Amino acid sequence: MKRVYVNEKWCLGCHLCEYNCAFANSGETDMVKALKDVTIHPRIQVEGDNQVSFAVSCRHCKDPVCVKSCIAGALSVRDGVIHCDQDKCVGCYTCILVCPYGAVVPAPDGYVIQKCELCTNNRFGEPACVKGCPNGAIVFEERGTE
Amino acid sequence: MKYVIIGNSAAAVGCIEGIRSVDPEGSVTVISDEPYAVYSRPLISYLLYGKTDLERMKYRPDDFYEKNGVKTILGVRAVKVNRAAKEVILSDGRRVPFERLLFATGSRPFVPPMDGLDRVEKKFTFMKLDDAKALEAALTKESRVLIVGAGLIGLKCAEGIRNRVRSIAVVDLANRILPSILDETGSVMVQKYIESFGIRFILGDSVEHFDPGLARLKSGGEVPFDVLILAVGVRPNTQLAAEIGCKTGRGIVIDSHSATSLPDVYAAGDCCECRDITTNSSRVLAILPNAYLQGETAGINMAGGEKSFDKAIPMNAIGFFGLHIITAGSYDGEAWTEQTEKTYKKLVSKDGLLKGYILIGDVARAGIYTSLIREQTPLDSIDYELIKKKPQLMAFTAERRREMLGGVQS
Repeated sequence: MKRVYVNEKWCLGCHLCEYNCAFANSGETDMVKALKDVTIHPRIQVEGDNQVSFAVSCRHCKDPVCVKSCIAGALSVRDGVIHCDQDKCVGCYTCILVCPYGAVVPAPDGYVIQKCELCTNNRFGEPACVKGCPNGAIVFEERGTE
Repeated sequence: MKYVIIGNSAAAVGCIEGIRSVDPEGSVTVISDEPYAVYSRPLISYLLYGKTDLERMKYRPDDFYEKNGVKTILGVRAVKVNRAAKEVILSDGRRVPFERLLFATGSRPFVPPMDGLDRVEKKFTFMKLDDAKALEAALTKESRVLIVGAGLIGLKCAEGIRNRVRSIAVVDLANRILPSILDETGSVMVQKYIESFGIRFILGDSVEHFDPGLARLKSGGEVPFDVLILAVGVRPNTQLAAEIGCKTGRGIVIDSHSATSLPDVYAAGDCCECRDITTNSSRVLAILPNAYLQGETAGINMAGGEKSFDKAIPMNAIGFFGLHIITAGSYDGEAWTEQTEKTYKKLVSKDGLLKGYILIGDVARAGIYTSLIREQTPLDSIDYELIKKKPQLMAFTAERRREMLGGVQS
C-alpha cells in the first residue's frame, strides 16, 4: 500500500505541508478563506532545528496499536488506511496515549481526535502534503513488503 | 475447533478477531449475562454526559458477530465450568461444549460493608450500561448526589452527571483524588479544577453509617443526599476460573500468551493479572487497551497461532470537563517535573529507562513517552534532555528515525 514518507535530507522545514494539510481538511475550496487568521491544526507536523527537519504523520501501521486501544471502537482500518469515525470518538485521547509517533492530534474543538487519512477523507483524494512539498521531500509510494 | 468465550466486552472482541485471523472456520460462542451486543463500557459516563448515545457507543458494527461467524448467548449467565467434560453450564441449564475456553469475565464493583447501606433506597454502582440506565432514571435536577470513591470511576461518573443534578459531593478515605494514577501535585491540581465545576470533595474521611437521606462521616460531619453512588473499587471476576483450578491471585494469572495455568484455558482483560514491565510484578491492569490486546493474543494462540503480548503497563488517558490527563507506568525512580499554572509534567526514570510519566493539561504526542516505556528504550540512546521538554522524534538518532519513518511499520 502507498504511504507517506519523508526524506529528512530534502526537508527544508518550511511547514508548507502543514498548511496544505490544514487546507485539504478544512472543507473550504478557497485557500485564503481556509487559512487566513486561522490557527491551523494539521495532521502532519514538522519537527526539527536549523540543521535537520522532517514531517511526521500517521504511519498507517499494519498492526495499529491506536485501533486496538480505542475505547470507543471509533478507529478502524479501511483498505489499510486508519480511519477515525469522529461521530463515535469521545475525545478520551487513548490513541494519543499509545501512538509511538505522536501522529494523532486533537481536533480544533478538543472534543474528538483527528489524524492523517491520506486525504481519502477529503476532496483531494491523494495526500495534499506530498503534492505541495516544494522540495519533493515528502513522497507517497509503496515501500517494503506488506 | 470449538471456542467458547465467557464475557462480551473488549477482551472478547479481541479474542474473536484474534481467532479469526488464524482460523476462519472454527465455531465461536460468546456467553454473557448482559443482554446487549458489545458496547464500549468506558463510555457510560459519556452517555450520561450527552457526548455519545446507545447507537454510537456500539464497540463494533451491528454485523460483527454475523461476519465473524459468532454464536451469541446473551442475557444468560455462565454459572460453572465442567473441566472434565469440557463444557460451560449456563444459568438456564444449557451446556455449551468447548475445546478452547476464554475467561473474559471482567470485574465487579467492590462494595465494602457500610452500616445502614441497606436502608439507602437509591444506591448505584457505575460499571455497566444497565448501571448507567438505572442511575439516569433516578436522577433529577434536584438530586443531591453522594459519590463514595474519588477514583477514575467515581470522578468520571461525577463529570457525566454534573449537569443533571443539583449537587455532587465525593467522599474518599484517601487524602487525595485519583491516587492510582496521579502524584500529590497532580491530585491537588486536578481536584482544584474539578471543584471549579461545583463538585465538593471530602477527603481523608469515610461514611460511618447511613441514616435515611444522610451520610454520617467518621469525622463527625454529615452529608445529606438523595442518590448514592458507590465507586470504591472493583474486584476481578475470578470465581469460575478458580473453581476449576486456574491459578489466581487478585486476578486470574496469565502469561504473555494469555494462557492460564491450565491447558486450553485462557483469560484476558479486567479479570486477569499479568506482568507489569515497569514494576516487574504481577498486577491487575484493568484498562481497555490491555483487555483488547490480551484478548487478541489469547485468540491467536487458542487458534494455534503464535502471539505474545509482553508489554503490558498501567496507562490511562482521561479527562474531566475538558482538562486532559495522560499517565503511564510507575513512579518509583528519579523524577523530573515541570509545572505551570495550567499544566503539569512529571517524567520518572530508573535504571536508565523511562518508567512512568504524568501529563496534565498538555498531553500532545504523549505516545512517544509511552513507547519509550513499553519498548524499554535505553535513555542514553536518545537525547533525553530534548525529549523532556516535549515528546519528539528529533530526540532519536537519525538512523532510528529512518527506521521509524522510512519503512512500513508493524
